[in-house]
Amino acid sequence: MKCRTCREPAIIELPRHNANFCSEHFLQLCRRQVAKAIHDHSMFSPDDRILVAVSGGKDSLAVWDLLVELGYKADGLYIALGIGDYSEESRGYAERFAAERGLVLKVVSLRDDYGYDVPTASKATGRVPCSACGMSKRHIFDKAAVDGGYDVVVTGHNLDDEAAVLFGNALRWDVEYLARQLPVLPARHGFPRKVKPLIRLTEREMAAWCVIRGIDYIIEECPMAAGNRHLGYKEALNALEEKSPGTKASYYLGFLDRMAPLLADIAAVGADSVRPCARCGAATGVSDDHAVDGEIVCAFCRLVERSSAHAPVSVDLIRKKSRAERRATVEVESR
Amino acid sequence: MRVILRNPRREIEIDGRRRVHALLAELDLAREAHLVIRNGVLVPGDAELDRDDVIEIRPVISGGA
Repeated sequence: MKCRTCREPAIIELPRHNANFCSEHFLQLCRRQVAKAIHDHSMFSPDDRILVAVSGGKDSLAVWDLLVELGYKADGLYIALGIGDYSEESRGYAERFAAERGLVLKVVSLRDDYGYDVPTASKATGRVPCSACGMSKRHIFDKAAVDGGYDVVVTGHNLDDEAAVLFGNALRWDVEYLARQLPVLPARHGFPRKVKPLIRLTEREMAAWCVIRGIDYIIEECPMAAGNRHLGYKEALNALEEKSPGTKASYYLGFLDRMAPLLADIAAVGADSVRPCARCGAATGVSDDHAVDGEIVCAFCRLVERSSAHAPVSVDLIRKKSRAERRATVEVESR
Repeated sequence: MRVILRNPRREIEIDGRRRVHALLAELDLAREAHLVIRNGVLVPGDAELDRDDVIEIRPVISGGA
């Protein structure tokens, strides 16, 4: 295989582009795709202060690396979620990445700063772990951005993430979620602007970016996420992609071009329906409102209250085995 | 060749030479969901892997949303 651009030996084939690339021109493609996403959706300008949500995984480290390469000023925020060894390892990757490049990485610990961790929150609230985790991260990233004077929060959601979420929302015809599934959520009611510069790049491309750039990241899957519905959607979409390259991009980017504008009125209605939380002051959606002693308390503060009062719960009590783990067990047992 | 699989990490031995796409098919692994790395360098689907190679097959799918 030859690189489409220079005819040197290729290191990766991208069926959705009907092309192969060498390292140099693959990296160039990624930079251009990110620059295009930032430009087309007016995500931010070179003067904006950017806070990157960093997990220690490939996507968040890749987007941080890409933004710095493109000349943006970006700090990182890592949240220690208390998911056993997985959290310890992922924190190490995030800290080494920042230290090696002289970048600023802030750290918030759920256990130290809020008195709980994700496994405990899952048990205490009855939420699936990914739900408790996602709610905690959204609140803490919002707060850190506002308190730190950042203009925008960047997340590493890629094309596969967005296509999978779109798939799930469409399967349920959840029109409100569909209306809000945009690459830019504007600042409002005390929430910072949130953007997703990787929407034009796949997970495989982001992993390749990290390999080529020598970025070490946590490869193992979060033990809490094993077998979740989102992973099932990704597998289904990848099965379609293998038969018809470009399916994921046309599905999600086509949604942004042709469907999202039709849902703009619904998105605008939801944006106005918020009130301040009596505990933390953060804006909370009316649908999330819940009266506690006659006050409106946001879902995050209710989660903190219940989780911090609960005895710590170990990861092993909550996690399910992933398909790969089950397959590995079968491999061992069959020998 | 020695093949390192991840998530969880484990190793298997494969006899003989293979092209990358044939190895993935043999292991029932989706091309769109994996990278194949030989000695730290990515290799494309038509690359021929030798008996003495150490190959990492790295899954790229993550579960967060």
